[in-house]
Amino acid sequence: MSPAKRSWRFVEPSALPGFGPALGLTMAYLSFFLLVPLAALVLRPWEHGADHVFAVVSAERTLDALRLSFGAAFFAACVNAVFGTIVAWVLVRYDFPGKRILDAFVDLPFALPTAVAGIALVTIYAPNGPIGSIIEPMGLKVAYTPLGVMVALVFVGFPFVVRAIQPVLEEVQIDVEEAAATLGANRFRTISQVIFPAVLPSLLMGFSLALARAVGEYGSVTFIAGNQQNVSEIAPLLIIIHLEEFDYAGAAAIGLAMLLISIVMLFGLNLIQAKVAGRGER
Amino acid sequence: MSGLAKSPARRDPPFLVAGLIAVAVAYLALVVFLPLVIVFVEALRKGVGDYLAGIGDAEALSAIKLTLLVAAIAVPLNTIFGLAAAWCVTKFDFKGKNLLVTLIDLPFSISPVISGLIYVLLYGANGWFGPWLQEHNIQIIFSVTGIVLATTLVTLPFVARELIPLMQAQGSDEEAAATTLGANGLRTFFLITLPNVKWALMYGVLLSTARAMGEFGAVSVVSGKIRGLTATMPLQVEILYNEYNFVAAFAVASLLALFALVTLAVKTLLEARFSDELAAQRWR
Repeated sequence: MSPAKRSWRFVEPSALPGFGPALGLTMAYLSFFLLVPLAALVLRPWEHGADHVFAVVSAERTLDALRLSFGAAFFAACVNAVFGTIVAWVLVRYDFPGKRILDAFVDLPFALPTAVAGIALVTIYAPNGPIGSIIEPMGLKVAYTPLGVMVALVFVGFPFVVRAIQPVLEEVQIDVEEAAATLGANRFRTISQVIFPAVLPSLLMGFSLALARAVGEYGSVTFIAGNQQNVSEIAPLLIIIHLEEFDYAGAAAIGLAMLLISIVMLFGLNLIQAKVAGRGER
Repeated sequence: MSGLAKSPARRDPPFLVAGLIAVAVAYLALVVFLPLVIVFVEALRKGVGDYLAGIGDAEALSAIKLTLLVAAIAVPLNTIFGLAAAWCVTKFDFKGKNLLVTLIDLPFSISPVISGLIYVLLYGANGWFGPWLQEHNIQIIFSVTGIVLATTLVTLPFVARELIPLMQAQGSDEEAAATTLGANGLRTFFLITLPNVKWALMYGVLLSTARAMGEFGAVSVVSGKIRGLTATMPLQVEILYNEYNFVAAFAVASLLALFALVTLAVKTLLEARFSDELAAQRWR
């Protein structure tokens, strides 16, 4: 019996009602809140011609802002990859008093509004703040410098790596580690050659999420950055500056550039992650 | 859980255990606890009287009211959307489903400033619909409507992405049985589906409310920051801070921080008690 030829169907038949209204509502809602506004972001940069888009995006000020946003986000994600891994390891593997509270507080950067974090961070690292007053005499300036941008992005991205790795660490089987130990691997070798490869794909995922979040971050950064043109001015702030000058096309051009760079970057990270995950399974 | 650590193969040298715990605690203290503590220290720096004056100020009160109003509109909208989206994505098979799920997640990948910007491009004075709106005396940008739009977009995915994995895992056998026995669609939804997902729904609502009340970047682009009128709590914090009125800025900030702590507590409680009934995915 040859399989019955089936004509193209948009939706498979189902005993349940309500597909039409539910999908209709979903699509109408997405169009109104997301798709039509995004269409404006894609189309509006070009209204003064491609030359204007190129002039805005290749202006030294824009390039500096993009470099700062992506660069600081990258280094912040690296810092969190290292310390986030340690925090996740400690929370999964060791028992100590206060552990559950510590675990709950990992999510604080998600819950604390970014403006609140922003004014708290600048107060801490300002020349007369609790940390600023210690490190500035040592020659380390954080507030109102690109380093301050990075500090804010470290705060914002902290939970991602921890939360990505935790479930994987919990699932690493005892017998795998016991087998490695029985076969003569020392603890360092077990961790670097058995546990680390298992965790690496999630580490990369957490890294990507932290990076993506940090690239577009505005609230926690704007207070501590000092917003000095070409030095500590992030890309989202430059969008706001163009908007305040009623240069909608310019603002949209920078927004579109940010979005496209992020998409390419995340696509690349996804490819690496897929490759690493594939190798781990073999 | 704690049994894990007892396997001899997993026993790390005590100095390493102590060292790593110290590093983790120190990092959390520096990155997470210190900013939180500073908020309350600065808010109370000039005493309780000034603190209460900062909170009781007429502008602060109108910012609190506006913030609650915006959350009270945006969160229910996204809850209805999340339920509808989860219903069609998890109970039916149709072409383009993966694309739809990607779209629902998209607002998380967009910079908050861009989430505000795109509404200005549509409804601002130079926006696509700007002239038409002006002719009809409708103000969207620099008004509460714009703030609601931007907040809704920023919090759009929370409920949907909480419900979708859970409803996917639960399947649709129970609903199919109910329909076969003659229950209509709405009855099936309210008596079967909704009770099955109630804790996940609450979890999603909790996270969206927290984000809606704290949103800064998107709202700051569309609000115009008119004191007492379009300044939400986070914007009021910025206004006060930029005027060097630090005690008042941190007083309003402390309310937001308290709300964040309550959110964390409820979230931890929900995760501890109903972990099976929550999708295992995380906040972003």
